[in-house]
Amino acid sequence: MAVIQAPPRVEPEPAPRRLLGWLTTTDHKKIGILYLVNSFSFFAIAGVFALLMRTELARPGIQVFAPHAYNQIFTLHGTLMIFLVIFPLLAGFGNYFVPLQIGALDMAFPRINALSFWLLPVGGLTILSGFLAKGGAAAAAWTGYPPLSEQLGTGQDLWIAGLILVGTASILGGVNFIVTIIRMRAPGMTMMRMPLFVWSILATSLLVILAAPVLTAGLIMLFADRRLGTAFFDPTQGGVPLLWQHVFWFFGHPEVYMLILGAWGVVSEVIPVFSGKPIFSYRGVVLSFLMITALSFTVWAHHMFATGAVELPFFSVTTELISIPTGVLFFIWLATLWKGKLRLEPPMLFALGFIAMFLIGGIDGVWAASPAMDFAIHDTYWVVAHLHYVLFGGTIFGVMAAMYYWFPKMTGRMLSRRLGIWQFWVQLVGFNLTFFPMHILGLRGMPRRIADYAPDRGWSFLNLVASTGAFVIATAMIIFFVNIFLTLRKPRTAPDDPWGANTLEWATSSPPPPHNFDSLPPIRSNRPVHDLREAERREIT
Amino acid sequence: MSAATTSEQRVRPEMSGPILGMVLFVASEAMFFAAFFGAYFTIRANASTWPPKGIPHLKIDIASILTVILVSSSVVLQMAIRAIRTGDPRRAMAWLGATVALGVTFLGLQLYDYSQLGFGVKDGTFGTLFYVMTGLHMAHVFGGVIFLSLVLWQGIAGLLSRTRYEPLEAGAIYWHFVDVVWICLFSVFYLLTPR
Repeated sequence: MAVIQAPPRVEPEPAPRRLLGWLTTTDHKKIGILYLVNSFSFFAIAGVFALLMRTELARPGIQVFAPHAYNQIFTLHGTLMIFLVIFPLLAGFGNYFVPLQIGALDMAFPRINALSFWLLPVGGLTILSGFLAKGGAAAAAWTGYPPLSEQLGTGQDLWIAGLILVGTASILGGVNFIVTIIRMRAPGMTMMRMPLFVWSILATSLLVILAAPVLTAGLIMLFADRRLGTAFFDPTQGGVPLLWQHVFWFFGHPEVYMLILGAWGVVSEVIPVFSGKPIFSYRGVVLSFLMITALSFTVWAHHMFATGAVELPFFSVTTELISIPTGVLFFIWLATLWKGKLRLEPPMLFALGFIAMFLIGGIDGVWAASPAMDFAIHDTYWVVAHLHYVLFGGTIFGVMAAMYYWFPKMTGRMLSRRLGIWQFWVQLVGFNLTFFPMHILGLRGMPRRIADYAPDRGWSFLNLVASTGAFVIATAMIIFFVNIFLTLRKPRTAPDDPWGANTLEWATSSPPPPHNFDSLPPIRSNRPVHDLREAERREIT
Repeated sequence: MSAATTSEQRVRPEMSGPILGMVLFVASEAMFFAAFFGAYFTIRANASTWPPKGIPHLKIDIASILTVILVSSSVVLQMAIRAIRTGDPRRAMAWLGATVALGVTFLGLQLYDYSQLGFGVKDGTFGTLFYVMTGLHMAHVFGGVIFLSLVLWQGIAGLLSRTRYEPLEAGAIYWHFVDVVWICLFSVFYLLTPR
């Protein structure tokens, strides 16, 4: 075993210098925590927006907002949740755990890493500052379709500027992750021994560097049309409005996989650990990740079926095709659970919740891939149900699994199991209460992105149910934040490996020292910590 | 085993981290320009005539000189890399200085060309595509000139040698990419636009 001399214990620093330390850090672990703090802050803001929307929609009639204010709120809810919450949450876990899981000292480019983080709050606040502008914040939905996005006020420019900053941050981060994973692995850590979470971040990063610049290009076109008088999307001068949809969704569909791959990686780590078995097919998961990465570039126009301007059979078939590797993932997770010794700790509960909820979202997706179905449900609440089953039922459940799983490693403290179980059940009930009725609302023809609806359409009761559910979700989130708050006040008692896990981050102390590892175990499989435990057990017996 | 040696063992000889990083960044930049070329062909396919009526024909003379300048600057930059590999950093810096000078010449001449064209960015789709695409390319040339100037400064300060010339190599990968984008722009706006 390679042994590294531990540096002498450092005295705790005075508070101002500690703050400066956080602001100027290039340590991937601290940056990872900054990512999480930043993302959960925006999560709270965008979550309040969601509650305001559900309050507005609880009954027919105007409750809280004039329609234009409502448009701003749902636009920023979507934009913040996608670009400043879900993606950076996964990137935050990636920052903290990719170097640890491959036995590296840090990311390949620590200073670029700090830059990619700090661009995020700047970009997010730029978008939010639209509320101070004349005419309010961006209000053309997170998809920003012209001509609407070309007509709105300064808020829309701030939205463009903020997204360009966030996009640049993610490209720099993606390059950093790929170089780290390719170049910084510990001796013995071959590609096919990497933890599946690392594979998921590698696949995500490939998507980021190839798809995010296309969004940046689109945003520049939009900005040029708005402020330089160009004609990209202006049909009166020969421009093509649909061009934006192509450019946006060429980025936008790989984007949805950027938002879920990391959560798949987390679940692929958590399920084997809490089933007491190795993953059913490591190669199957890796291959599925890579196939989905490649196929995700071929499906963008399924968002545009209703335009009548795209090749329906082609994009329908590629979309159905991408459900095959996704289905393979499900079977691998289920086969890993099969006859396992299940331990229903909070991380496992959230992982199981993930499987069930993401399954519904996935099946929704396969349905919507059929053009005949899509024509009926396009731009209805059915789509809202689908995307929340994928992004909340999927990714946020996965993120919660990751929080409960990795919190002891990051802080040296175990989150309360009791509160975790409470949070899980409240969240599961609240989530389904909110979003399941939206399927039915969509099938009954309720369009998305409206502030008001007529009382005689038969939508009122289900909307009230959904709004009630939203406050149940909020309760679950309060339990979560209370749990974190209470746990952080407790002493650091978490063991190095509280779960009996497999991967290298559990071979170091909780929390890890600044240099990550005092010593690395030998790496001879994709479960080095499990191997070490088995070897020690055999030595004792 | 110390921390430093473990990290050094992880570095494989084929391609260093910073060079790989630059290659990935260039891949990302390629997708950025690909989106604009996609926009170009979408708009052109939707137009009844191309170039649209009322746009004066682009003259190829200055653009040809621009092409020669940028392509030869790539060759000159490669000479710099050859020189530093053979252990002659002073000669390498001379070649690099020539590359930067060619880059600056390109920028000046293109601005002059802009002033001679007789149509603006607001003149319909052709003006839109021409100025936005060549303008973004110009911004990339400008970025490349800054990058290579910093490398030149490092070299003059004696920080580059036969064993350490990663910044020069990374700058060259970026510069060649910018060169290739110009060749694509030249082809699309000058060679493939009917007169």
